[in-house]
Amino acid sequence: MSKIGLVIKKEYLQRVSKKSFILLTFLTPFLFAALVFVPLWLSTIKGDEAKQIAILDTTGKYAPLFKDTEEYTFITEKEATLEKYRTNPDKDIFAFLNITDDLLKNPEAATLYSEKQIPMGLKSTIDKTLSEFLKDEKLASYNIENLKQIIEDSKVNFSIKTIKWDEDGSEKSTSAEVASILGMVLTFIIYMFIIMYGAMVMQGVMEEKTNRIIEVMISSVKPFDLMMGKIIGIGFVGLTQVFLWGILTTILVSVSIFFFGGSTSPEEVMNAQMAAQGMNEISAGSSEINLQIQEIINSINFGMIGSCFVLYFIGGYLLYAALFAAIGSALEQQEDSQQFMTPIMLLMVFSLYAGIYSMNNPDGPLAFWCSMIPFTSPIVMMVRLPFDIPIWELLLSFALLFVTAVFIVWFSAKIYRVGILMYGKKPSIKEMIKWVTYK
Amino acid sequence: MNFLEAENVVKQYANHLALDKVSIQVPEGKVFGLLGPNGAGKTTLIRIINRITAPDSGTIRFNGREFQPNDIYQIGYLPEERGLYKKMKVGEQAIYLAQLKGLSYQEARKRLINWFEKFDIMPWWNKKLEELSKGMQQKIQFIITIIHEPKLLIFDEPFSGFDPVNAELLKKEILELRDAGHTIIFSTHNMSSVEEICDNIALINRSKVVLAGNVTEVKNRFRTNNYTVRFHTEAGKLQAIPELFSILTEKDQAGTSEVRIHKEPSITNSALLSALAQQTEIISFTEEIPSMNDIFINTVSGTNTTQA
Repeated sequence: MSKIGLVIKKEYLQRVSKKSFILLTFLTPFLFAALVFVPLWLSTIKGDEAKQIAILDTTGKYAPLFKDTEEYTFITEKEATLEKYRTNPDKDIFAFLNITDDLLKNPEAATLYSEKQIPMGLKSTIDKTLSEFLKDEKLASYNIENLKQIIEDSKVNFSIKTIKWDEDGSEKSTSAEVASILGMVLTFIIYMFIIMYGAMVMQGVMEEKTNRIIEVMISSVKPFDLMMGKIIGIGFVGLTQVFLWGILTTILVSVSIFFFGGSTSPEEVMNAQMAAQGMNEISAGSSEINLQIQEIINSINFGMIGSCFVLYFIGGYLLYAALFAAIGSALEQQEDSQQFMTPIMLLMVFSLYAGIYSMNNPDGPLAFWCSMIPFTSPIVMMVRLPFDIPIWELLLSFALLFVTAVFIVWFSAKIYRVGILMYGKKPSIKEMIKWVTYK
Repeated sequence: MNFLEAENVVKQYANHLALDKVSIQVPEGKVFGLLGPNGAGKTTLIRIINRITAPDSGTIRFNGREFQPNDIYQIGYLPEERGLYKKMKVGEQAIYLAQLKGLSYQEARKRLINWFEKFDIMPWWNKKLEELSKGMQQKIQFIITIIHEPKLLIFDEPFSGFDPVNAELLKKEILELRDAGHTIIFSTHNMSSVEEICDNIALINRSKVVLAGNVTEVKNRFRTNNYTVRFHTEAGKLQAIPELFSILTEKDQAGTSEVRIHKEPSITNSALLSALAQQTEIISFTEEIPSMNDIFINTVSGTNTTQA
């Protein structure tokens, strides 16, 4: 086996067999699944007991309107006064609704009292009940026949259907929301991985330098082989992790769908989310919506996105890991790394923000240029990928990324070769760049 | 034949000259001692031989020809600051490093097991390096240095951290390696080991070679021409003969006398001995040869005072 192969194998096996790697790889999908399912599950649980709301209605007009819900029961006591409740608190009663006058004439006449913070849900329930009644009452006061019916009919519920034409002219439903979510997830994954595994490369290089292993190895391995072996080995560790996460997440989602039966099928999940966002009206035509979602999901080219993700991951990782390796080779102390990491971290964070802002306009100038510049393209392009960008942009971006990555690897190898054997004082960035010209 | 030659090697660091026109000749199949006080420039020279740093000027000849980058694969280097992967298992990393040095997995494993058994550290094969004592780690590092049987071996302070028993074991192995034809460069402060092991030495002080040559020859150069003679007191006293020798000190003790004498440099030991034998009954006759330790201290403090 070649030297570089040996280094790759060692770096890979050593890291993959670590307990922390195995734990992280197998637990994260569960964590991820939990992040999706726990809120859904929690939202289906109601409060343990219905809260009692006492109504004091001097007009007697409004009290009968309130119907008990799963969360609240409304009670009216003939003899009660607000003063009595205030001085002798009845612990069983959660809140008091006090109505003193005709609300149409005096909208200020209703007040809700409680010893606790009043939940939004209760307030909106009461508001809705009262305003519906008041609206009807008001409509009735105009004395126009069938006015209510007319207004009902004039309500138009409109949501534009978006269709994307394929090159062959066939139609596909698209959804900006679904594409954005997918893009965001990919962006974060690639951002996280470049930082995580880039830092791992730097750690590894510094370990070899500070432990002086390098002095022993230098007589048997070329510095370039050592650096590339490390970068490639750790890169494979990253790809392994992404791959396992992909598989595990798929399995977990399928298993949970199987176990929860119909109740958590993707459509239900979507409905639940929509309901949670207060879009109850939309879920009315549920079956039609499900069909649309299915169509939208089908419209996303997962194969293309997947392979682009892997390619951008490789390119971006190579570029940044080489920079991290060069930095690691120049330093001896962990504490010194901060100063050199900062410019790289700024670049990464800028990319992430550029990615987030590109989401509003995935074909705008910010998105376009940042997806061409090699230092930002791996992250920003992830946002744009689900929006089906032109193939020439993709190819140009790839070409720029890989040419730059090769150049950075060459550049870093020059610095690494000098830095890894240099001990003593911490070099400045200027000195490091001078090393490139050393023979 | 010289296996390695350094000629007028100069290395200048930012504000101090580490090596000032240093030349050494390392004969093939011999142990070469690189001596010198701390900070003299030994390690810098070793790092240049290992191509870790490049000299500012001067040439290195390796195996009778110009030093080439690939020659480094024929060097095994044990650095003074030892370094291995702390978190890796001992056997695993020994095999890894041996493979990097060009051995096949099978061959590496076979040789390593052989050495581990020789050094009695086989039970540590599956332990992590950080669980081992410093001396144990040193043994492993030594094995890794020699595992690929390079032509040139460079040991920087090989005995530091070893107990006397293990130091003896190491000494034996170094001599065996020499007998097997390896050329060895050996840097140390431990002068007694120099006398036992080295065939040739170079003493570096303040970036310059101040003393070099074959160990016996160097010692002869430092001959004092002083002798200690013990004899039976009743057999007669020693009288100085000005053209042969003079008496330095005299000491009588329970029937024997011990006299230190100084011989004229032109007289041979045999002539001196026969002259002494005529005067009295000799029990012992010893030439006072300076130890490497004395030579080291004398040379180093001597050059320091002349320069100061």
